Amino acid sequence: MNFPWLLLILLTPLIATVLLFIPKKYVVFKDNQIALYSSLITLLFVIVVALQFDINSNSATQFDISFDWIPIFGISFHLGLTGISLVLVGLTAVLTPIVLLATEHEVQKKNKEFLMWILLTQACALAVFLARDLFLFYVVFEAMLIPIFFLVGRFGGPRRSAAALKFLLFGLAGGLVMLAAVIWLYFVGASQLGRGTFSITALSNELSIDTWTERWLFLGFFFAFALKAPMVPGHTWLPDTAEQATPGTSTMLIGILDKVGTYGMLAILLPIFPNASREFAPAIIGLAVFGIIYGALLAIAQKDMKRTFAYISISHFGFIVMGIFSFTSIGMLGSMVYMVAHGISTAGLFLTAGYLIRQKDNSLINSFGGLTKVAPVMTGFFLISSLASIALPGMAGFVAEFMVLTGTFQRYPIPAIIATLAIILAAIYMLWLYQRVFTGAEVKESKNIVDLNKKQILILSPIVVLTVLFGLYPAPVVKIAEQAVSNTMTYVGAVDPQPLIGKAVTP
Amino acid sequence: MIATVIALPALSALLLLTLGKRSNKFGPGLAIAASTGSFLIGLWQFLQMAARPEEERAVITTVYEWLAVPAAGFKVNFALQLDQLSISFVLLITFVGTLIHIYSLGYMSHDENKRKFFAYLNLFVAAMLLLVLADNYLLLYVGWEGVGLASYLLIGFWQHKPTAAVAAKKAFVANRVGDFGLSLAIMTMFIVFGSVSFSDVNQGISGAPAWVSLTLGLLLLLAACGKSAQFPLQSWLLDAMEGPTPVSALIHAATMVTAGVYLIVRSASIFNASEIAQTAVVIIGAISLLMGAIIGAAKDDIKKSLAGSTMSQIGYMVLAAGLGPIGYVFAILHLITHGFFKAVMFLGAGSVMHATNDNVDMRRYGGLSKVMIFTTITFFIGYLAIIGIPPFAGFYSKDHIIEAALSHSWWAGAAVLFGAGLTAFYMTRMVVMTFVSKPRWEDDVHPHESPLSMTLPMIVLSIGAASLGIILTNDHMFEHWLEPVTGFVEPEPPFSIQTITIITLSVVAVGVLAAIWQYRKIAKVAPKKVSLVVAAARKDLYGDVMNEALLMRPGQGLTRLLNIFDKSVVDGFVNGIGSFTGGVSARLRRSETGYVRSYAMSIVLGTAILVVALLIVGL
Amino acid sequence: MNPSAYLVLSGIIFSIGALGVLLRRNAIVAFMSVELMLNAANLAFVTGSRVWGQLDGQTTAFFVMVVAAAEVVVGLAIILTIFRTRNSASVDEASLLRW
Repeated sequence: MNFPWLLLILLTPLIATVLLFIPKKYVVFKDNQIALYSSLITLLFVIVVALQFDINSNSATQFDISFDWIPIFGISFHLGLTGISLVLVGLTAVLTPIVLLATEHEVQKKNKEFLMWILLTQACALAVFLARDLFLFYVVFEAMLIPIFFLVGRFGGPRRSAAALKFLLFGLAGGLVMLAAVIWLYFVGASQLGRGTFSITALSNELSIDTWTERWLFLGFFFAFALKAPMVPGHTWLPDTAEQATPGTSTMLIGILDKVGTYGMLAILLPIFPNASREFAPAIIGLAVFGIIYGALLAIAQKDMKRTFAYISISHFGFIVMGIFSFTSIGMLGSMVYMVAHGISTAGLFLTAGYLIRQKDNSLINSFGGLTKVAPVMTGFFLISSLASIALPGMAGFVAEFMVLTGTFQRYPIPAIIATLAIILAAIYMLWLYQRVFTGAEVKESKNIVDLNKKQILILSPIVVLTVLFGLYPAPVVKIAEQAVSNTMTYVGAVDPQPLIGKAVTP
Repeated sequence: MIATVIALPALSALLLLTLGKRSNKFGPGLAIAASTGSFLIGLWQFLQMAARPEEERAVITTVYEWLAVPAAGFKVNFALQLDQLSISFVLLITFVGTLIHIYSLGYMSHDENKRKFFAYLNLFVAAMLLLVLADNYLLLYVGWEGVGLASYLLIGFWQHKPTAAVAAKKAFVANRVGDFGLSLAIMTMFIVFGSVSFSDVNQGISGAPAWVSLTLGLLLLLAACGKSAQFPLQSWLLDAMEGPTPVSALIHAATMVTAGVYLIVRSASIFNASEIAQTAVVIIGAISLLMGAIIGAAKDDIKKSLAGSTMSQIGYMVLAAGLGPIGYVFAILHLITHGFFKAVMFLGAGSVMHATNDNVDMRRYGGLSKVMIFTTITFFIGYLAIIGIPPFAGFYSKDHIIEAALSHSWWAGAAVLFGAGLTAFYMTRMVVMTFVSKPRWEDDVHPHESPLSMTLPMIVLSIGAASLGIILTNDHMFEHWLEPVTGFVEPEPPFSIQTITIITLSVVAVGVLAAIWQYRKIAKVAPKKVSLVVAAARKDLYGDVMNEALLMRPGQGLTRLLNIFDKSVVDGFVNGIGSFTGGVSARLRRSETGYVRSYAMSIVLGTAILVVALLIVGL
Repeated sequence: MNPSAYLVLSGIIFSIGALGVLLRRNAIVAFMSVELMLNAANLAFVTGSRVWGQLDGQTTAFFVMVVAAAEVVVGLAIILTIFRTRNSASVDEASLLRW
């Protein structure tokens, strides 16, 4: 067995959680330091792993670690790294320390508890991206609900319990359907292969399910992933949750955990149910396009900043899903870049706005105005995050959006054209928000707003740097995910469309 | 090497924005230095290029691989293409840009955010250079949106003014409508040719089916309309005058708004392949040039009048670009001369505003020639250039466009001729109202000439406006220069060139005289009772009204409706499930009475049912 | 041996016990009715044991008796406590554990 890097990555936040509760006389670090250092150590491990990752390797996973868990059902504790998961693990590892730093003073009381839940969220996210056993995947997929439930329910706005409950019920509804599908899949596998297995690799490689069963199973998993992502019409929990949750929670939730839905589609749905995926792809593309436009239009109509961001994300998740189901290399890789870009820009929006919202305990758009004069640096950071979010060329979002649209355009021109309309709507929702909050005459509410201090600038800078970096040089993400995406393409049996005329493509 | 042209202003902008207030002192100087350096490198590149034989002039430099998906054969390089067309733009952008940097030194001297202003200007120059130097459409798109961003930031530079913020947003959104076209065009190129570089598209287009060139042509035209404020996306340009005047001169007159023309000329091979697309371009150009002129003739706001004029002049360029190989060269020639004479007039307008406490109402100007010598002279040179009096620059470029238009069709010729008359009218009106007529100043206004930092750029630009036409057209120099890139065919107008010149000049004379007659007396307040045309022109020919009625209002209604729909129907469904479950359980729990005997009863009944069931099954 | 008479008797006793539990409100009476049902079951067990000639039924009957005895101990204690606090042995009075 290799050196258990993945286990280290996964255990670091868990150990830190335990350390939080050791009496202070035995530990030299403060609570915040423990959490921060652990997230930095995780990041370090991830970087080490990324450097050793072989982008040309043909094997399905790398750095595998496997223990028998419940052997009688063929369940094992199996962690493994594909290019797709490495990208998302990287995103998680980068965003967590930023969130921890940015929310340092977010909760005065119950700080220990807040840190614990953030770390557990990180651990769950890492586990879900690393799991190569479907049962393990399911368990962490459900376990993920717990830390977020408490983060929303215990730290947030006045209607936070209702929001947390709503979030939990949506999550459980998806999880229940998925559980049924997981069990069914187990029996299908057991009867066909002669042994029960939950190994994602084995299920993708060896199984051929009969048509109707595959359809039902596909729908079961898709339901769970679509609620998580979230896709319209299963999206209504997100605005409510984002509105009530603290900015740090929202960043963890929307920036990282919601990617589990799209990750599941790419890494589980397509490889295990290739035929059903092909069959349902047009319908899902349609749903995604609807979500893109619907989310964008609703983002325009919102009165609350956090709700606006939530609807923007819903629109963006439409793009990611569209790219995945375009079944083109460009589209799928575009979705990968999109997930990263969206994670970063969401963090930028929520955290920057968070600094503003926290000062007044108010996130209504109309109650602010003319902030550019009192808080020019904050304005600058917000503007850059906004532009990243609306996919300004030169920023990561542009590369992603262009790739997704092009990939979709190759196979489904009409939906791609409709989705392209979103670039106009994006300018409207984001710049209108910016205009109302930051420009114009100063209103009373914005008089004594304090601008970002040096430390806060330092905390937010990595977000800006990464956005621009991936916009100008997206190769790291593309190269890492390339092999995994091409494997997925092979599972689905999709071939990239050739250009109508012009040079033939050399594979 | 050529990358440094872009890198210099880009780095300077980055530095000024990240250093913040610390760079307040040296900021403007650094920005001017960066822009000047950029110009000098551009000049050096130009001299080197001119020294090379014609076939070796175009050079492509690949900086790095930007985006690549080998599996799909998708590859876009960050590569710069330096050829005769792009170097012309590089020189125009950096030269005029540098002058306007210098001008801003005086114009913005009292603004506390001066450093930011210069940073944005640098950002603009960098983005515009990237736009014209890109060797593929996707990279061009980066510059394309980059200049859009710079324009957004600069229009809204005085952000405390709500009008400025709204205008900035409007400009960006209108541009995004154009970007919609550009995005789709780039995607179409990829699925058809498997590449988005200029050279591959140019090569592939000849073998492509007709729908390809038509689709691409129309999509690119949409993009050009957005960026160049052509009908039907014109309405943002007039509002954009909310920005500081140097911005209006550089971005909304000399360079950025002409990017649409650049795009069309750069895509010459696509338009050459589709006559319908070309005709569409000509029609759009004709409509815009007349609309712009009419609007320009009715506005009392000097900047808005100039903006109308810009729209009109770009209409000329677009129309010329739609004429095909007979027009491309002249479109670019007019673009360059326009860059000079329009910039000088905008700077002149800025100088006038500077002298009159930022008043823009021409009805409160008058007689300024006595107090502002340099401004008057330079403005007058710009005036002579734009209405096309020989030997000033505009004469050469516009006359060629009129020739080319006449050889294309009678209606295009009629449009440009009528436009020339209108141009003469509104420009004369502007000169009369501002400089010649009796003073109608506000009481507390004491006009004075602007400082040297402002007059110097105007003088330099006016020299260009006076002489560029003669220099560039001498011995068909410019035609030969651009021919390898755009192709060139000598226009064959139905009349001799002398006749056309005479016709044009007489139309211009009529316009000038009409304006002098009309504005022999000027009221301090705009008359209320005016003809329908004037009333419409004052309202920008109802461009905004249409946008509001057709797009904005329904759009707002739709979003509001959807918001209600989302809350009550979509979320209502979810909450409905919740309250249904709650309601059912509230009723069901009533069965738990707490009486032991009722529980016992249910046990007995259950057992009885089981027994009966077993008996039935057993039988 | 024909067991039907014994089984019929057992059924009758069981029914009387069940009806007693359902209809009577006095806790003591209801309790005695439960005993009646248990003993009806015992009768059926013993009958079965006799018919098949095996001891299983007898053993089970003993088990039932033990359970019944234990039940009496606990049950009576509960009833007694209820009677002490409420001055009533009616089972309907103790209906607090409802919705």
